[in-house]
Amino acid sequence: MNAAVASVPLWLIVLIKSAILLLVVITTFAYSMLFERKVMAWMQLRPGPNRVGPWGMLQPAADALKMMFKEDLTPNTADPLIYRLAPFISLICAMGTFAIIPFTGDASGAYSIGDVNAGILFVFSLTSIGVYGISLAGWASGSKFPLLGSVRSTAQMISYELSMSMSVIGVLILAGSTSLSAIVGSQQRVWFVVPQIVGFVIYIITAVAETNRAPFDLVEAETELVGGFHTEYSGLRFGLFFIAEYLNMITVSCLATLLFLGGWNPLFGPSDNAFIGLAWFVAKAALFLFFYIWLRTTLPRLRYDRLMDFGWKVLLPVATLNLVITAVAVAVWG
Amino acid sequence: MPGRKNLFNVGALVRGFSTTFHFFFVKKPTIEYPTVKKQHAPRFHGLHELRRYADGKERCIGCELCSIACPANAITVIGAENTPTDRLSPGERHAARYEIDELRCIFCGLCEEACPTDAIVLTPRFEMADYRRGAFVYAKDRLLVPPEAGVGSAPDERPNGIPSDLGMVGHVKSTVDIATGYDATNRGTILKDQRRGLAG
Repeated sequence: MNAAVASVPLWLIVLIKSAILLLVVITTFAYSMLFERKVMAWMQLRPGPNRVGPWGMLQPAADALKMMFKEDLTPNTADPLIYRLAPFISLICAMGTFAIIPFTGDASGAYSIGDVNAGILFVFSLTSIGVYGISLAGWASGSKFPLLGSVRSTAQMISYELSMSMSVIGVLILAGSTSLSAIVGSQQRVWFVVPQIVGFVIYIITAVAETNRAPFDLVEAETELVGGFHTEYSGLRFGLFFIAEYLNMITVSCLATLLFLGGWNPLFGPSDNAFIGLAWFVAKAALFLFFYIWLRTTLPRLRYDRLMDFGWKVLLPVATLNLVITAVAVAVWG
Repeated sequence: MPGRKNLFNVGALVRGFSTTFHFFFVKKPTIEYPTVKKQHAPRFHGLHELRRYADGKERCIGCELCSIACPANAITVIGAENTPTDRLSPGERHAARYEIDELRCIFCGLCEEACPTDAIVLTPRFEMADYRRGAFVYAKDRLLVPPEAGVGSAPDERPNGIPSDLGMVGHVKSTVDIATGYDATNRGTILKDQRRGLAG
């Protein structure tokens, strides 16, 4: 670090980094939405958005503008304070996780705003708090469909978060650290998807449930609950939930890349160039995003009792077994 | 338990995923309408037109047979005698007023069949959207082929079903007729301007 950079106070550096990151993340959100609409359209034999700008490239801007000018409604039966607070809880938790995700790295270390030594715990605690946004939104709306949606969300999050944590602990045991950059560093020889293939599959499934995406989108379930927890929300407040959902999707994709697919490491050997590392990271995360969209177009929504059945009677036992086997293997040969 | 069985039916999952992945690459059948137009069937029933004889005289003799044949009561014809000084059609009578309410019209083509002189003809023209209800009542100013646009064509004489003054349908993107250089979309306006003495 040279003298000019050293004289700038740390909080200012973090602030500037955060501002840049937020800009990048929000742009990524906007285009991942367009990406989803395009991919989904192509899989359904439609051309997708193509009227606003070339290939619909300005569609996100048009959507944002529309969202801003919509009327902001608060139902009479709603709890006004919590009703207004809930979208921000969701959004802030979704954005907060990006603070510690290392997007690339080279010989000198990982590039992220903060490299927390309990990184993975930080991410999971933030996503758990994010559930409060959805639960409170449904409860504070003061109407029945949002309430049903939020009850479902709470139950679903609790049951799937267990299996998710179980599947990730296998990775933690292999890496011997909870720091995300250390986990990526220990994947230079072989990606954890190879020894932890069971954990990887469980992580993918539970991540879909965690982000309320199809086929586990019972929280929104527009065919039965109108819009689920966000039924009463309109305008920009609905937009915040929308952003939070997509940011969560990007977060779990980034996490899957970091934990199982070797982060910014190329296919063979470690990467020395931070830009090549970033390209690898983005490519891997984009692959996950594509997979989520592919999943949404392919599978119908699960029935609620089957969702619970699958979570508790299948995923949790398999994840626990995987964890025990990993622990024993590491203890014996590690 | 049926639910459990379906969840572990990996073959079905693979089939489902490969189906959606296959369609991702399939060419999309969508016709991007305002820029690309569909090629209609040769005898497509669209907007009407009143044809002329080669000498410029109107074919319509004001007999009202089309009006009688019309199942939707969309056509109003009021005939009038031709005078030696003002002969609009070769016969004794002509149509003083000829109006079709295109909102009532069901585009069945019975008027075309009823017409003894092949005057009223359905063209493949179909873009008639307008902001005002009254604009859908087409009178002679918009139905009649203007003299400079030729005589209009009977459906049987159209090459590929496209009338000679129309480039509107098919993959031809211009509305200008290549043979006469006449813009079909401005037909009504040109005629109105002529009546007011505005056109050059």
